[in-house]
Amino acid sequence: MLSLIVFLPIIAGLVILAVPSSQKQIIRIVSLLAALAQGVLAVLIWRGYDPSLPGITAGPGGSALGSFQFVEKLPWISLNLGGFGSLNIEYFLGVDGISVTMVILTALVSAIGVLSSWTIQKQVKGYFILYNLLASAMMGCFVALDFFLFYVFWEIMLLPMYFLIGIWGGPNREYAAIKFFLYTLFGSVFMLLVMIGLYFSVTDPATGLHTFSLVAMATQTNFNVAGAIFAPENHLWRQIAFIVLFVGFAIKVPMFPFHTWLPDAHVEAPTPISVILAGVLLKLGTYGMIRINFPLFPEIFRESMYVIGIFGAINIIYGALCALAQKDLKKMVAYSSISHMGYVLLGLSAGNSEGMVGALYQMFNHGTITAMLFLLVGVIYDRAHTRQIDKFGGLASYMPVYAAVVTIAWFASLGLPGLSGFISEALVFVGAFSSETTRPIAMVSVLGIVFGAAYLLWSLQRMFLGKRNDDAAYDLEVGQDGHEHIHFHDWKGKLDLDGRELAMLVPLVVITIFLGIYPMPVLGMLTSSINKLVQVLSPVVMSQM
Amino acid sequence: MFELPSGAEIQGIIASVQGSVGFFIPEIYLSALFMLLIVVDLVAKGRKNNLLAITTLVGLAGSTFFIYQQHGLPAGEIFFGMYVLDEFALFFKYFFVLSAIVAVVVTMADEQFDREVKSMGEYYALIVAMVIGMIMMASSADLIMIFLSMELVSFTGYILAGYFKRNARSSEAALKYLVYGAVSSGLMLYGFSLIYGITAQTNIIKISLELAAHGSDSLVMILATLLVLAGFGYKIGAVPFHFWSPDVYEGSPTPVTAYLSVASKAAGFALLMRFFYVAIPHAALPPEDKLGIDWLSLLMILSVASMIYGNVVALWQKNVKRLLAYSSIAHAGYLLLGILVMDQFGTQATLFYLLSYFIMNFGAFYVVILISNKTGSENLDDYRGLGRKMPLAGAALTVFLISLVGLPPTVGFIGKLMIFSALLTKGSLYIWIALVGIMTSVISLYYYMLIPLNMYLRESKQPDEKSMNLGMAPRIILAFLMILTLYFGLFFTPLSDFAKYSSAMFGITLQ
Repeated sequence: MLSLIVFLPIIAGLVILAVPSSQKQIIRIVSLLAALAQGVLAVLIWRGYDPSLPGITAGPGGSALGSFQFVEKLPWISLNLGGFGSLNIEYFLGVDGISVTMVILTALVSAIGVLSSWTIQKQVKGYFILYNLLASAMMGCFVALDFFLFYVFWEIMLLPMYFLIGIWGGPNREYAAIKFFLYTLFGSVFMLLVMIGLYFSVTDPATGLHTFSLVAMATQTNFNVAGAIFAPENHLWRQIAFIVLFVGFAIKVPMFPFHTWLPDAHVEAPTPISVILAGVLLKLGTYGMIRINFPLFPEIFRESMYVIGIFGAINIIYGALCALAQKDLKKMVAYSSISHMGYVLLGLSAGNSEGMVGALYQMFNHGTITAMLFLLVGVIYDRAHTRQIDKFGGLASYMPVYAAVVTIAWFASLGLPGLSGFISEALVFVGAFSSETTRPIAMVSVLGIVFGAAYLLWSLQRMFLGKRNDDAAYDLEVGQDGHEHIHFHDWKGKLDLDGRELAMLVPLVVITIFLGIYPMPVLGMLTSSINKLVQVLSPVVMSQM
Repeated sequence: MFELPSGAEIQGIIASVQGSVGFFIPEIYLSALFMLLIVVDLVAKGRKNNLLAITTLVGLAGSTFFIYQQHGLPAGEIFFGMYVLDEFALFFKYFFVLSAIVAVVVTMADEQFDREVKSMGEYYALIVAMVIGMIMMASSADLIMIFLSMELVSFTGYILAGYFKRNARSSEAALKYLVYGAVSSGLMLYGFSLIYGITAQTNIIKISLELAAHGSDSLVMILATLLVLAGFGYKIGAVPFHFWSPDVYEGSPTPVTAYLSVASKAAGFALLMRFFYVAIPHAALPPEDKLGIDWLSLLMILSVASMIYGNVVALWQKNVKRLLAYSSIAHAGYLLLGILVMDQFGTQATLFYLLSYFIMNFGAFYVVILISNKTGSENLDDYRGLGRKMPLAGAALTVFLISLVGLPPTVGFIGKLMIFSALLTKGSLYIWIALVGIMTSVISLYYYMLIPLNMYLRESKQPDEKSMNLGMAPRIILAFLMILTLYFGLFFTPLSDFAKYSSAMFGITLQ
């Protein structure tokens, strides 16, 4: 099941390879079918998932599989290394509450990304091959339970992303693409060293051999190799490893001060890639922290909770202030992403169930809401070929449906009660306020909500309300590439959302509203896993060991 | 004066030589092939066909049979300790024969040869001669033998580098190669003479016993080691003995560049490992009698300098062959990392890295040749827009370059993984040097990606959109190499087991 959901897009990519590049429609349809099939599988996984099993670590009695579900475990590589025993890498997939929500999110956003890619005209074949490769790698990251496998998926994502931004991106795409590539690679190569070090520090209780299994690594008693670099007594090296991993993931989040690649990448990337980037890729950073960073080094996590919280607060406020200053709508949304990922960090730093559940829920909601925001930016860019906020005005009367969806998305993003963003942000703050360490940080972070409301409402007002901007907007012409010239006067009724765009946006709107009223479908899956995680991270468990 | 040996002694010598010949069959076979090629060239003179190349290919392929037969033979010394046969040497025999085969295949694809030279006669014979030399380098256990085999490799290398006689760059490359080569072998020979002066031995195993038993003046020993390192460093192209390589790599015919950068470098590594592991006791090795010298630190400096210099200077290169030359300097640095570990795993990692480097570097050079056939250029700027004109070549080159960076799922990633794992098994001792390796590989991403950047992200200056047909055979070979790079990136057990099997070296037991 999980293998299928991971490799479906790659299979679709191989099919596309055989299709002649002139058959653009067939290529698109194959991709869409794969994405839909992925969606069906995600729903099946969701239905079949038993939310009472926690996952996270090895199960009772030290069963190596833990209480993960849909587990697939095969020996993949077994190397004889002479004096060092053997190198064992497993093809080990499985989900718990944390990953299952991300799997659903990934399937959803990938499918919407395919729909959004319909307008790509240049080198369609290459585009969809890379897109499918990316979709597979993302999904693989969320279900891999072997560090080596995780790392492979993690790195495979980089190359397609590089090309997707670099070939199909905006004018400054070369710079943005290589910046993205270098930043993320910089984070992940150090992760490689930590991964090797962890391998030599951990044994699997079931076999007594070294292992890359993240499940085994999440139990501290398995760090039982005397003199190993990350053995419990080597506090300094464990601190270093924690920081290295954290930075590697934080680059992806992206956390201040490693965020500078994100606005560039977003501004240059085509709309579907922005959607994927904001909707799924950023989540991989925080997911990595939850899956790898924290449970493997719980005592370091406890030491550094307030530092993570401070960085979260900086992200929230700094991102919001930057968004406030942007003239380009897409850049504003990009910075709003940075701000919203700050809430995730803040929730994680609280270290309690409320905060962590809030963080996870925020990841899910940010995925759906930001996907919506970027799609909406793409819609206006397709029509006007500009994203400058001050070029627009009074759009609501020209594109009423569009304006309505934008309003919902914008309000969801600023956390209006009744929409999903509110619940997750509220949970994050409940968690952060109830923890002694993060309470002062939470107090400061609340400011972020105010700034967030400011930039969102302000942009909404400037673009959609009031009168047409007489100086600029009248001159805007649609289709500056010379195809169709519809003057701005005549926008009314002609250029509102079309069926394809509605097909992308309506499901997201429905999810946002539904999860704002009744969050239990997602929260229910998260709770038992998060409780287990909090238990793993808490000092009580440590002292019992 | 010398006493003449008695009859019985001569009998004994003859018997010993006769016994040794049985362990020397692949080399004899290859020498026969070398002469056969000269004869074929004489007979088939003037005919423009691939007869010579095919003879070479078949002949080289045949030699693997004789090498395979040696697996059953016991490891040991032959020819009075001049030469050894062990798994380590067998590995390199396969390695060199295979790289010669690939070099011939690559040469057949290179159209520049049709333009520049009339006859290919000596070319293939020289390739085979170089194989013989390199095999002997990997199997030598005696200072004299080491020197002779190295000179054999160097001389054939000089001629091959200058094979385009009428091309000024090629001649310049040959001359530079020669001058640097002469100086460094002179230095190496001086180092050998110092070692002989200290120990009165030329066999490396006896040298190590002598040094362990009686010790030596450490100053002389360090000087001798440094001088020897100059010779080996020149062959592996490590900083600071690298000055020849960018010019030689750029000027030589591209198949020769590929051959030199893979095979000749590997031969240097084989020699370096055997010589230092066996001959010179290291201070850190038991028994800790403070007799050895710390050559590991020397190698460490070489390694760090190569990784940093090669990767940083490559950033500014505009010519793809030159870029790959600097990358090969950097890879020498990574390979040295595995040697530093000085245990079985480290050796295994180094050998594995050599195998991975073999696949990806030959692959990259092969694409460079195919592209230069069509465009006549190796400049980065002329690669613009080629990704669409030759999709397979573009995709394959991207895979090879990703592998050279060391990203999964390619064989280059596994190579780096093994090297770094070997370093980390020593605990925190080598972490800092692993960090240098990691950092520089991030730098390398930038310049390797310049090639796909030009191929895919930029439009070509000429507006013609017609695709360039590579022909069937190059396509199959390219696809094969690309799949190999990916396959061994996911299922590397066979390669790695082979590397482990080959890490057994006669005369020393690695832990």
